[in-house]
Amino acid sequence: MAKKVPVDDKLGYNNFHTDESYAHIEINSDFKDEEEIRKVVLACPAELYKYENGELAFNHEGCLECGTCRVVSGGKVVKSWNHPYGEMGVTYMQG
Amino acid sequence: MSEEKFDAIVVGGGLAGLTAAYCLAQAEMEVLVIERGTFCGSKNVTGGRIYTHSLEKVMPGFAEEAPLERKVTKERVALMTEKGVVNIEYASGKPDTPETASYTVLRSKFDKWFAEKCEEVGVMMVPGIRVDSLIKDGDKIVGIDAGGEEMYADVVILADGVNSLLAQSIGLKPELKPEQVAVGCKEVIQLGEDVINQRFGLEGNDGLSMLVAGDPTVGNIGGGFLYTNKDSVSIGIVATCSDIGRVDVSIPDMLERFKNHPSIEPLIKGGLPLEYSAHLVPEGGFDMIPKLYDNGVLVTGDAAAFVINLGYTVRGMDFAVESGRLAAEAVIRAKAADDFSAASLAYYQKLVENSFIYTDMKQYRNFPKLLERHEIFNDVPEIADVLFDRLFRVDGKKPVSLPMFAIDEIAKRTSASKLLELVMVALDAL
Repeated sequence: MAKKVPVDDKLGYNNFHTDESYAHIEINSDFKDEEEIRKVVLACPAELYKYENGELAFNHEGCLECGTCRVVSGGKVVKSWNHPYGEMGVTYMQG
Repeated sequence: MSEEKFDAIVVGGGLAGLTAAYCLAQAEMEVLVIERGTFCGSKNVTGGRIYTHSLEKVMPGFAEEAPLERKVTKERVALMTEKGVVNIEYASGKPDTPETASYTVLRSKFDKWFAEKCEEVGVMMVPGIRVDSLIKDGDKIVGIDAGGEEMYADVVILADGVNSLLAQSIGLKPELKPEQVAVGCKEVIQLGEDVINQRFGLEGNDGLSMLVAGDPTVGNIGGGFLYTNKDSVSIGIVATCSDIGRVDVSIPDMLERFKNHPSIEPLIKGGLPLEYSAHLVPEGGFDMIPKLYDNGVLVTGDAAAFVINLGYTVRGMDFAVESGRLAAEAVIRAKAADDFSAASLAYYQKLVENSFIYTDMKQYRNFPKLLERHEIFNDVPEIADVLFDRLFRVDGKKPVSLPMFAIDEIAKRTSASKLLELVMVALDAL
């Protein structure tokens, strides 16, 4: 795919009000099952799960709040999942 | 506000919640809608297309003034391989009535408008607040807690969507299972009205709905969709969560794959991307419907899994609206009897069971099983591709009998027993 648009660029189309003081999703960074990690990395529409050199990193900035990571990981990779506080997170203008 | 008691608190200002609130306010009840987004619609995503029959009952003639996009007059279903496509297009040409019409829609605009209509009839709207938990008194739900602020009501209507952590928190429904939900991932791309009309063969306010199986999800359960809005298109993919990881292509890459397909790329070329969104879709069907009520609480819309995906038709919003209306009806009756116990609110369950929500979802109860068959997303598009290629390719060589060729191609991919099994699953589903 020559014309693949990077997800980071796509997130730039959206309005976000990131809550710097509250991460609505927390991950188990010591969870090491690579197959489970791979699924969450492939699942996230915002590509917020990065697995490099045996380390899983996650940042909630840019989260589209879909809940897919929670469902796919079944409590393994994702430790806790909540909606962001009111007015925080993504504000869709199209929907 | 903390001392005031409402007749009803609705959690979530989407279609189910707003419809419930609208109907309750019209019955002179004091109703509060709490929405976590900055405004109603700001957390909502649809494909999407709304079938208007249920909202027409609540607000006759609403389509005249609502910010709907285009009236769907063309249906396109496509089977896609990596390079090829078989499109089936249908336009009935018959006039629609308000009850049979359907429209493409963008929820951030539509729900915002609907919330304003709710305010006009007296609904109290509180956007920008996340409800953290439900307040219990014994075994009865009596209110909500939002950041330490408590608000009370005779009944709480849960309309908080597919990720209804609140319904889960009181044991009305279990956590979603990967095979029950699909992730939808879409872009809204602005093209301008004229360009859309030219590229899709449309006129005026006519619109096209397109659903695709095959290549967009690389054979995973799911598919692609494209809906023409007024001056933009909504283009996306939907992929069942239990299939994620089956192929080494990520969800966002599936969308790019779809957008770059030779049959799609010319349709969206030169467009200005406006938004990138994602949302879960409850697709477990009838067997996924949770218990719909308990003491002082009702569950509606996506939170109640009221969605059916038939591949060629996807419905959720018309169910959400109907469930909101029926929830309001049950609450009005409970108020008259001053009884908000589970026994009283069970009337909502009864109303749902007697509505098209139940009959339609029950009819297609086994459809999710059919859509679990990977043949539909792999072999069927491939077989269609080779057959049509055979049909239309002229190369001056000795012709091959088409029926024999077809049988051969099908046999390459499946066995008679597997084919029969698929037919049996299909018959069961339909």
